[in-house]
Amino acid sequence: MEKVFERTKGLTDTEFGYCPGCHHSVLHRMVAETLEELDILDKTVGVCPVGCAVFMYEYMSCDIIEAAHGRAPAVATGVKRVIPDRIVFSYQGDGDLASIGTAEIVHAAARGENISVIFINNTTYGMTGGQMAPTTLINQKTTTCPTGRNPAVNGYPIRVCEMLATLDGPSYIERVCPTSPAGFAKTKKAIRHAFENQIAGKGFSLVEVLSNCPTHLRMTPIETYRRIDEEMTKVFPPGVFLDR
Amino acid sequence: MGVIKIDRDKCKGCELCVHFCPKGCIAMEDGYNHKGYRPSYFAKENECTGCAICARMCPDVAIEVWR
Repeated sequence: MEKVFERTKGLTDTEFGYCPGCHHSVLHRMVAETLEELDILDKTVGVCPVGCAVFMYEYMSCDIIEAAHGRAPAVATGVKRVIPDRIVFSYQGDGDLASIGTAEIVHAAARGENISVIFINNTTYGMTGGQMAPTTLINQKTTTCPTGRNPAVNGYPIRVCEMLATLDGPSYIERVCPTSPAGFAKTKKAIRHAFENQIAGKGFSLVEVLSNCPTHLRMTPIETYRRIDEEMTKVFPPGVFLDR
Repeated sequence: MGVIKIDRDKCKGCELCVHFCPKGCIAMEDGYNHKGYRPSYFAKENECTGCAICARMCPDVAIEVWR
């Protein structure tokens, strides 16, 4: 019999410390598999965020830098400009990228930096206790808006892909929704495309992944997948926003 | 014909493999693993086609597949 699925060399032997059903583990694996498939593990530098994925350096076999909160695109810019033959990616959550790091991501995109950004949008702050994030949906209950997000007080969710797609700098922007085997394949393809773009020197690529947080949404993993399909995709429609 | 091996101690009992297996070959154990989760197990060994959907859906890379 032939082995058709095994653990990628892009991951270390450390077991993931994430909650059961968390999308972070899935996306770490997809990034690791992509790096292995493209044979760039030994020349890749990742920049990880502040948030649950802060421990990414434990799990990935490539080099990882831990950036200050939200500053991953700035650190990635520095690495890429000093050692241009390295493949540089940042991996950021919605609290990191869309809140404290809004300035960094917008300007990195506007400059068209040749980096790949994996943006994990789960509509809440996972690590700090499920507070309201810039991407929290209208009427979604969180620990800092216990009666639901009210636009009159808390404003509206930010659509990062649409916002960055108005700029001339970025090369590739796509939003994906990994909630089914087909969605997983599409997500993997999008991540691979973001890295291939960088290798080809095309410039800034961003993949937004609609993801879950079973713990703070107080749902089972399967319910969170359903929530992504039924509620999140209405506000954050999946699709390719830019590919040039 | 396929065979899967679920690492009982890596499994966190999220049930995604059980939900997405097209043949319903995977079920949840009644016992607990050393982490304190109820792990999944390979229940219908004759019906597995080795499609590896379970392994791709597993967040904790706890499943290996042969075909």
